[in-house]
Amino acid sequence: MDRAMRASSRSVVFDLARQELRELNKFLHGDLGGVSSVTVENPDGANSIAVGINAPVTVEVNGHAGYYVAGMNQGGTVVVHGNAGPGCAENMMSGRVEVTGFASGGAGASAHGGLLVIRGDAGLRCGISLKGGDIVVGGDVGSFSGFMAQAGRMVVCGSAGEGLGDSIYEAVIYVRGTVTALGSDARLEPMGEDDLRVVGKLLADAGMKHLPSEFKRIASAKTLYHWNADANLTY
Amino acid sequence: MCGIVGLLLKNRSLRPQLGALMVPMLIGMTERGPDSSGMAVFTDRVAAKDRKISLYCNERDFAWPSFEGVLRQHHRVSRCEIKVNHCIVTTDSDPQHVREWLAREFPGIHVLSVGRSIDLYKDVGLPAAVADRYAFKRLSGTHVVGHTRMATESAVTPENAHPYTAGEDWCLVHNGSLANPGSIRRKLEKLGSRFESDCDTEGACRYLHWRIQSGDTLETALEHAFEDFDGFFTFLMGTENKLAVVRDPFACKPAVVAETDDYVAIASEFRSLAHLPGVKHAELFEPKPAEVYSWTVQ
Repeated sequence: MDRAMRASSRSVVFDLARQELRELNKFLHGDLGGVSSVTVENPDGANSIAVGINAPVTVEVNGHAGYYVAGMNQGGTVVVHGNAGPGCAENMMSGRVEVTGFASGGAGASAHGGLLVIRGDAGLRCGISLKGGDIVVGGDVGSFSGFMAQAGRMVVCGSAGEGLGDSIYEAVIYVRGTVTALGSDARLEPMGEDDLRVVGKLLADAGMKHLPSEFKRIASAKTLYHWNADANLTY
Repeated sequence: MCGIVGLLLKNRSLRPQLGALMVPMLIGMTERGPDSSGMAVFTDRVAAKDRKISLYCNERDFAWPSFEGVLRQHHRVSRCEIKVNHCIVTTDSDPQHVREWLAREFPGIHVLSVGRSIDLYKDVGLPAAVADRYAFKRLSGTHVVGHTRMATESAVTPENAHPYTAGEDWCLVHNGSLANPGSIRRKLEKLGSRFESDCDTEGACRYLHWRIQSGDTLETALEHAFEDFDGFFTFLMGTENKLAVVRDPFACKPAVVAETDDYVAIASEFRSLAHLPGVKHAELFEPKPAEVYSWTVQ
């Protein structure tokens, strides 16, 4: 690749119909030489697109992505103009990942920071083991979302499936639509001023127009935080 | 891990291209299943009195032409199509008699499928190699169920490769694993099922077939399966005029569907669908857990 020429334009195009995915990821992991914008053409559902970014670079993926797109993102902005496969933005540290279509299972799993925006629906286990990241989903989330989520916020503009927030710790989930069933130790709580502010800010960041007052708050009842000798047979 | 792929053509004019459209789907799932692969192809039905029987022999140098001669002496065979170490026989003899005769006279030959519509191929090797070996890209038909296997529960052998069949014009492929294949098998063996491999998927295939034969619809058979199967699965199933997919209630194994006016295509991952004509404008969705999706050949 004529890197100097492309770098001078501060924008690079990778066409995965002609180039190896590894070429793209190696480029993103190296010295970007002033490049601030990368476009990925013909992703065709490839796995691990733009994983491990550790720079303030913007990656536009023009099409559908496979497993783990933008996984471990640190400081990058990744936009998938299409759908994302399982594990999108898993373990994100910071930055922003946006999916314009739907995201498959495990979106934002164990994300420590950053913002994941999914404009369509998210599959099962969205935000599982969330560790401080924020997730805004324009549509519905599948069952077991927010499972054992430790920190961070999830804003679901549609509805949630079964087992929402099962064994949740300090993360908080906001749902605008219905919840098929709350998971163990998850409970509905009243929306406070802080909640309205947080939801309003996250919706604004995600570019979604809903009223914060339409959302319900789901958080931990904290009954699983401590050993209960009377209930030891139920553990 | 395994890969599943299915394609049903709504547009009749595409039927001669069924294999050509399918091969890249199968090869796209190589990383999910590099050790074996197979396809069940559903073609126009043969006459009501006839059955097609797909046969396989594990001996590479098996003398198929002399087998054909002996076969024709004992059974009324209208067609005998030899493809490497597979052979598709069309006969109006009772398929059960043919099966028993084969078990007696040619114990090395396996019956892969029986039906008026189904042809079945499966073998070990990379999907591209298997596709080449049997010239999958030249196959035509209405719909196809394919699989690439990464063995987890049983050895890498042709008989443990998918698709599995039971009865006539019924096949199933599986991504996932069952933890209680032994109890499913014992239950079915008591009811008269005969197993031909030690793969967990064979039990699932025979179980659902037994349920449907006992009067269940595919939907109610799967309701029972959710109770009786302990494990993870995305099943893709084919009948003479249907293609159906279902994921277990935890939906641990992926699946994505692309539907246009011309076709319905199903795969474990979108990368197996990316080459299909018009896929950019297809309706794309992931099957919801524990929901049965099926499409009928028009």
